[in-house]
Amino acid sequence: MSGKDYEIVMGLEVHAELSTKTKIFCSCSTEFGGAPNTHTCPICMAMPGTLPVLNEKVVEYAVKAGLATNCGISRNSKNDRKNYFYPDLPKSYQISQYDKPLCEHGYIEIEDDEGNPKKIGITRIHIEEDAGKLNHNEFGGGSLVDLNRAGVPLIEIVSEPDLRSVGEVDRYLKKLKSILEYIEVSDCKMQEGSFRADVNVSVREKGAKEYGTRTEMKNMNSFRAITRAIEYEAERQIEVIEAGGKIEQETLRWDDISGKTFSMRDKEDAQDYRYFPEPDLVAIRLSEEYIENIKNNLPEMPESRRARYIEEFKLSEKDARLLTNSKYLSNMFEAAEKICGNAKAVANWLLSDISRILNEKELEPDSIPFKAEHLAKLVELIEKGTISSAIGKKVVEELFENPKDPEEIIKEKGWLQISDEGAIKAVVQKVIANNPQSVADYKAGKDKAIGFLVGQAMKETKGKANPQMLNKMFAEELKK
Amino acid sequence: MDITNLTVHELQEKLANHELTSEEITKAYVDRIKEKEADVRAFVTTLCDEALEKSKEIDDKRKKGEMKSSLAGIPIGIKDNICTKGIRTTCSSKMLADFISPYNATVTEKLLLEDLIDLGKLNMDEFAMGASTEYSYFKKTSNPWNLKCVPGGSSGGSAAAVAAELVPWALGSDTGGSIRQPASFCGVVGLKPTYGLVSRYGLVAFASSLDQIGPITKDVTDAAILLNIIAGHDEKDTTSSDIPKKDYTKALKNDVKGLKIGIPKEYFGEGINEEVKQKLEEAIETYKKLGAEVEEFSLDIANYALATYYIIACAEASSNLGRFDGIRYGYRTENFTNLKELYRNSRSEGFGAEVKRRIILGTYVLSSGYYDAYYKKAQQVRTLVKKEFDKAFEKYDVLLTPTSPTVAFEMGTRAENPLEMYLADICTVSVNIAGLPGISIPCGVNSENMPIGMQLIGNKFEEEKILNAAYTFEQEFRFREKYKPGFEK
Repeated sequence: MSGKDYEIVMGLEVHAELSTKTKIFCSCSTEFGGAPNTHTCPICMAMPGTLPVLNEKVVEYAVKAGLATNCGISRNSKNDRKNYFYPDLPKSYQISQYDKPLCEHGYIEIEDDEGNPKKIGITRIHIEEDAGKLNHNEFGGGSLVDLNRAGVPLIEIVSEPDLRSVGEVDRYLKKLKSILEYIEVSDCKMQEGSFRADVNVSVREKGAKEYGTRTEMKNMNSFRAITRAIEYEAERQIEVIEAGGKIEQETLRWDDISGKTFSMRDKEDAQDYRYFPEPDLVAIRLSEEYIENIKNNLPEMPESRRARYIEEFKLSEKDARLLTNSKYLSNMFEAAEKICGNAKAVANWLLSDISRILNEKELEPDSIPFKAEHLAKLVELIEKGTISSAIGKKVVEELFENPKDPEEIIKEKGWLQISDEGAIKAVVQKVIANNPQSVADYKAGKDKAIGFLVGQAMKETKGKANPQMLNKMFAEELKK
Repeated sequence: MDITNLTVHELQEKLANHELTSEEITKAYVDRIKEKEADVRAFVTTLCDEALEKSKEIDDKRKKGEMKSSLAGIPIGIKDNICTKGIRTTCSSKMLADFISPYNATVTEKLLLEDLIDLGKLNMDEFAMGASTEYSYFKKTSNPWNLKCVPGGSSGGSAAAVAAELVPWALGSDTGGSIRQPASFCGVVGLKPTYGLVSRYGLVAFASSLDQIGPITKDVTDAAILLNIIAGHDEKDTTSSDIPKKDYTKALKNDVKGLKIGIPKEYFGEGINEEVKQKLEEAIETYKKLGAEVEEFSLDIANYALATYYIIACAEASSNLGRFDGIRYGYRTENFTNLKELYRNSRSEGFGAEVKRRIILGTYVLSSGYYDAYYKKAQQVRTLVKKEFDKAFEKYDVLLTPTSPTVAFEMGTRAENPLEMYLADICTVSVNIAGLPGISIPCGVNSENMPIGMQLIGNKFEEEKILNAAYTFEQEFRFREKYKPGFEK
């Protein structure tokens, strides 16, 4: 290494599947899964003679996304054909938007690595149709086409090359995902491919004015894969430059297993998509009232929700931010709080144990299997002293496995807190009898020894003893 | 009674008066097909047995008073690029030789609603690309006026079938003249409606911004009746217009007094056959005699229409025909080891030379680096063509031109020379470019008894004006009474 300092420059192209009930150009279901080619019709199978009809909801959702990312909305827009051959593309062209996207010139705000606010420019948002899927050797050999996904509506959100670190990319994507979830235009399920990102990466010497040559990486389907791919690719580019080489502008495929990028096609095959205006569809014209109406009906966005949590529930800035990052988490918080009235406790459970389990399982908040009612009940049970917080943690674990009323779980597992004075007294006396050394220590003035004894009592009762009563009882018994 | 010589509106009357049954009519056409189809070769698929079966059902229902449409039980022929559920729709291509559409085109549905009987699917140039029907993969259709001559194209099967009385009427499609030019060559009436008047849903696309379905009939009244059936907004085709429904037969007034007819002189210049020119001039005199105001004017943008047309039509075709890739339906080569070969060989083997020529041309004009010089420029010229026509219609109600500069030519004389074939569209393409309605009606025959067509062009959605002008001429000239196809060999 020459010891030169490099800067990574990144821009993102995010494809988000819109959560409309029907496809963009026909009335087939957009539901994920389903037996191959069951969500299809002559239109999305590109039978000869069929014509597309634009789903108005798709325009509405894209305009919502544009407004929520501070974009200008085009009053005059149109669809274009992007021509290329591939078996998952039944018409041999994708209906997309070329030179007149619906939304342009927006931004979203994230924090840079120092925690300062930073605006990331949104170049454009346009609507287009998704392609089908190829199944290789899955159904007894050969490659078979499944067109269930063909024609599912997408928005492509193209950012400016404003991102400078893996951390920024991660925060940008999470912010974008949260915005789309808030405005309810996409469920953004990465594992189902409804939120996918292509990353443009280039490197340059720190302080340089010109951008370096960029490569585009595709096929990353988790936040982790994106981070790894960028780190790999930036390093690769720096190595090439350091060795006196040149970066080729090309499209790369990330392979998550080997942790490497591979060139997708050679230069001879450079695609010429022959874009031209889609003659089967009329131009998209939006009135001022139409746009105004969508603007006025946008739901509460994360920023204002965060402020409200700090103000109304006295949550810390950090907790409020973490909760509102995910609309699902935030909705669960509000629903549970409404039932039990203990905002602090609900927030704590969501941000500590529940978030930890989600992380361990690599799940998104919308995969939480239990309901807000269950969480509220858990908080109430602890408040009432029916169970201890220690048991509460076990209940949460159990809720992920077997989501149902915590009261039932406690009953089934026999986790009810022991608050019966006689029973507690018996345990305390037993522990005192079995631990003469600790008793002696305590009596010799080592107050800490009582902690050990309480712990032993908890162990004896499998965590079910009421901790306040234990403390009190030990103090009384040891005075004797 | 010579049933197959009757027009549809005459059949309609006789059905209503119980002078004829649907079975009698259908039987007459089936017999006629058996007699003449071997000479004319207008059909890709005939549905004689099915048609007879259906005609009996309809007669039964009519007896019980269950028939709503007064046209119920009248047969029709359908160009083979209009989708018919359960029946082959081949576009006269090897690519779709065995293709059975899983759905009906909107116009097919509309014919079914009237209980018209599908007699079969009619031959055409492959994917509607051509002006002689010689580019059909299956067969070359003959012109009933002279079997050595082409019927025109691409709706040559439709026009020849109507002229030979193999069907009482037919549907065609017109992208650059494909209804009007064969109608002219075969001495029948062909109407291309305003772009957007008839739904394109289920018409296998050639050039989406130019294609329209329209009637090919024995007379103008039948054209108006068929237009009544097929016109109207379709929510499956967003380019279809939502203007209110009209009864086009009411426009047939047999009166052109005060009608302002413009004669664009560019259509009568170089390249026009003398006999064609003479018959057109006689037609103009007829209109004058009937009280129309006729004036010559210049529409010089028309000189650019053909080049513009071939760029736009081929560009759209290159994209529209991409779906014929051998993957989901249609022809697939047996000769491939990888995906690229599957594509290349399926398309090389499945498409004919003319289709390939146009795909290559269209791909070229859309390619980066050439787009601005060709496709974009053509779109700009298209705007100018529209403006020129707008200006003309400020002054005139209808424009009158020849439909084709020549009468039908002999088979094999142009098929090897694409450029000469393209010139057959010279009088008709600008109407598609501008999205206007145009009708071709016969206005005489030449010295060899070959029909000559006159084209009347109207402003957007003013089908009534051209229908009335055509009807008034027809009533005066009485072409069908004077001339008959000779089936000469």
